[in-house]
Amino acid sequence: MSSPLDLADARPGPAFTVTLDGREIEALPGQTVAAALWAAGVTSWRTTRGEGRPRGVFCGIGVCFDCLVTVNDRPNRRACLLPLAPGDVIRTQEGTGHDD
Amino acid sequence: MSKPLTCDVVVIGAGMVGAACALYAARAGLDVLVVDRGGVAGGTTGAGEGNILVSDKEPGPELELALLSWRLWTELAAELGASAEYEAKGGVVVASSPGGLTALERFADAQRAAGVGAEPVAGDTLYALEPHLAPGLPGGVHYPQDGQVMPALAAAHLLRASGARLLTGHRVTDVLRGPDGAVRGVRTDRGDLHAPAVVNAAGTWGGEIAALAGVHLPVLPRRGFVLVTEPLPRRIRHKVYAADYVADVASDSAALQTSPVVEGTAAGPVLIGASRERVGFDRTFSLPAVRALAAGATRLFPFLADVRATRAYLGFRPYMPDHLPAVGPDPRVPGLHHACGHEGAGIGLSTGTGHLVAQALTGKRPDLDLAPFRPDRFPEEAA
Amino acid sequence: MTDRPHLAVIGAGPAGLAATLAAAARGLRVTLVDSAAEAGGQFYRQPAAELRARRPQALHHQWRVWERLRDDLRGHLRAGTVRHLTDHHVWFVERRSADFVVHALLGPEQEDPATVRADAVLLATGGYEQVLPFPGWTLPGVVTAGGAQAMLKGSLVVPGRAAVVAGTGPLLLPVATALAAAGVDVAALVESAAPRAFVRHLRPLVSQPGKLAEGALYAARSARHRVRPLFRHAVVEAHGTERLEAVTVAALDAEGRVRPGTGRRIACDTLAVSHGMLAHTDLAESLGCRLDGQVVHVDDEQRTDVPGVWAAGEATGIGGSALALVEGRIAGRSAAARLTGTEPDRAEWATALKSRTRLREFAAALDGVYRPPAHWSEQVTDETVVCRCEEVTAGAVRAAVEDLGAGDPRTVKLLTRAGMGWCQGRICAPAVAGLAGCRPTPSRRPFARPVPLGVLARESDHPTEEGPS
Repeated sequence: MSSPLDLADARPGPAFTVTLDGREIEALPGQTVAAALWAAGVTSWRTTRGEGRPRGVFCGIGVCFDCLVTVNDRPNRRACLLPLAPGDVIRTQEGTGHDD
Repeated sequence: MSKPLTCDVVVIGAGMVGAACALYAARAGLDVLVVDRGGVAGGTTGAGEGNILVSDKEPGPELELALLSWRLWTELAAELGASAEYEAKGGVVVASSPGGLTALERFADAQRAAGVGAEPVAGDTLYALEPHLAPGLPGGVHYPQDGQVMPALAAAHLLRASGARLLTGHRVTDVLRGPDGAVRGVRTDRGDLHAPAVVNAAGTWGGEIAALAGVHLPVLPRRGFVLVTEPLPRRIRHKVYAADYVADVASDSAALQTSPVVEGTAAGPVLIGASRERVGFDRTFSLPAVRALAAGATRLFPFLADVRATRAYLGFRPYMPDHLPAVGPDPRVPGLHHACGHEGAGIGLSTGTGHLVAQALTGKRPDLDLAPFRPDRFPEEAA
Repeated sequence: MTDRPHLAVIGAGPAGLAATLAAAARGLRVTLVDSAAEAGGQFYRQPAAELRARRPQALHHQWRVWERLRDDLRGHLRAGTVRHLTDHHVWFVERRSADFVVHALLGPEQEDPATVRADAVLLATGGYEQVLPFPGWTLPGVVTAGGAQAMLKGSLVVPGRAAVVAGTGPLLLPVATALAAAGVDVAALVESAAPRAFVRHLRPLVSQPGKLAEGALYAARSARHRVRPLFRHAVVEAHGTERLEAVTVAALDAEGRVRPGTGRRIACDTLAVSHGMLAHTDLAESLGCRLDGQVVHVDDEQRTDVPGVWAAGEATGIGGSALALVEGRIAGRSAAARLTGTEPDRAEWATALKSRTRLREFAAALDGVYRPPAHWSEQVTDETVVCRCEEVTAGAVRAAVEDLGAGDPRTVKLLTRAGMGWCQGRICAPAVAGLAGCRPTPSRRPFARPVPLGVLARESDHPTEEGPS
């Protein structure tokens, strides 16, 4: 069984911890929010503002805005573009992502 | 060319005003045909914010038309339900200085005397109405009658409710007239439409239709941009604008003027409107205009600085030299009626306009004196 | 040396890189403005540096071409003839009386502005994938094929354990192959085109050895990973409640209709889907450049009809990286000549012009092969969400057409909100037009990406950057 990291012979620095809704998740340096969540087996981190349906990555390149997520209390970040830093606090985003 | 269609009245223009004319004419018992070279709400209607305002009008014929229209809108809103996204949200006009507040309150006194609901609000009351307004504003006036619709939906649902036949993608190329000069219908690029009455509801392009009928009607485009934000929860509850807006509307200047009109919508985005420029039908995106709108909006509501604009769109208001629309029969061409030139107020004024036009079409005495709106009030040499 | 003309190239994919190198080699000062942290664009997307990949070429084709581009760029950066602005997300290009100002937002946060003044601009904005809707396509686990590839190339992750790759186009096979190589079980590769179409459209092009060889290489690799295309089939539904659990795949008849009774269910946690590519034309449109259909119109020298604006690559017509490279080279040479007041030396680039012609013919032939099934919309139930942002269903779009008299995409948008959300219709526009029975129309998006109102409001309190010396 191969993995993408093996395939590219990647030797990243040590993993660090971030949280998703309070749960600890390991992330590798250089990975985007979406990548770390995928690697942790998570495929959705937003619910839509109309029907409350789950969404995650769709286009993967910043065009579709389906992967919007709240990171460190800032809503509507594109998970597929945003690199993670140690200690980042990711929250599943509901609706518009703004409180009220 | 196909066999001509016949009806009682042809309405040219499937925008908000055309839709209202169609609705009230049909309800007066007329067989109505609506024709448009584009689609439903494809002109200025589809490029506006959907203002139904009494707050920005000084006492006079336009305010009378606005109050009549407001009454009709509230009736229609009950009938159409949520389909047009009608919201009686009310308006809040904000003064930026104590001197400005005094002038605004004087203006509101006169409006109140003319039947407008206008309540001065100062300090805490202002912030209770709009908690996210910039701190330190001296006060403003609350106008509970101001409202909003989603204009394209409103036009489409009024057209549907009218039962009128709708011909989109048909360009009117001529107004047909008999030997006596009276209207007999219109010619389109896809066939003739025969009718003893024609309503020119072509908005900003109303002058071109008038010219086809051989008469002068000075409708000029006045370009406006609207900025649209990402969807937000309801943080802005009213239609909020700075007191300078009224002065800009009434101005004749061709130069860029921007006074922000900021409002939340049922769908989520905040709309920021009201740049005004006379630059012909130039569709070029103007960064200065949009920057000025953003600057004005963030001055009123500082929290908007971190909110993203997702798009901006532009439209062309049908501007007439005296800022009043042309409504009613044209004495120069029997059978020709006008319902255009409402500048930035066409959505709000559409219902009253449609009602008055329907009364004129059926020979009834109009509820309002149409003299200030006479289409032949402009001297020919003004062209 | 600052009196030399300054060209801003937007996009550091194959077209933008080739244009930058060609223009810089001929004496222009070039600023290469790109949204990514490293050059390469989508095609040569590099793993994040911190992942320290020692064998990134395992994820790529034509690695030597990339190495040459990368090394040449490094040479110019060292020499100071090219400046590379990474993490610059361009939202607008302003045309002024004597120059252009490129407006960008900085970094992944995209909150702070940066501007670049230039004498001319070259748009190499690339493209993105088209996906047509089907029931279940909004479920997490359904991704674009290019998105799966981008996440693999850039972050070295895969979306799941068992994937179906589906749709149509030359991208499906390399994506399926790459996923398989990265350890994903590719349960099926579902291609709606028929083998007969390949013969019909590609036989006249036997003079394309490079491309055909590449195709054969993919075929061999995918055979090694046991990925064999299931031709003339389509995914007609994705199943699952909170995430993807399976898809239904069905056979298509010669007209592109689903053959009744042929559906079978394939369990998977990932569906990578693509129905071709669309061009990024927003910047060109707001500059007033003429479009040909859905792509930017250019002349023989890759000039748009707006003076001082060139365009190259997918933005001017979908054709792949080889064509993008050639177009970029032509555009860069033309810009260098025109901005220094000389005529381009056509003899010098005769070869480039010839290969552009051949590659465009090849792209046109591929376009003929890879067409979404003609009757795709028949599978789209009224309940299916079409506009993912505003959650507008196919039923709402159909009602706008049938009940409210909408006859064009703009009216449908006004009456349904389809295309009014975060993505501004970039994803749903082809589907909305198709469901409404009309052709897609240019979108007129003045902002190429969302801009904070605070950035718009601040007129010019940040310095305008000049080009390299």
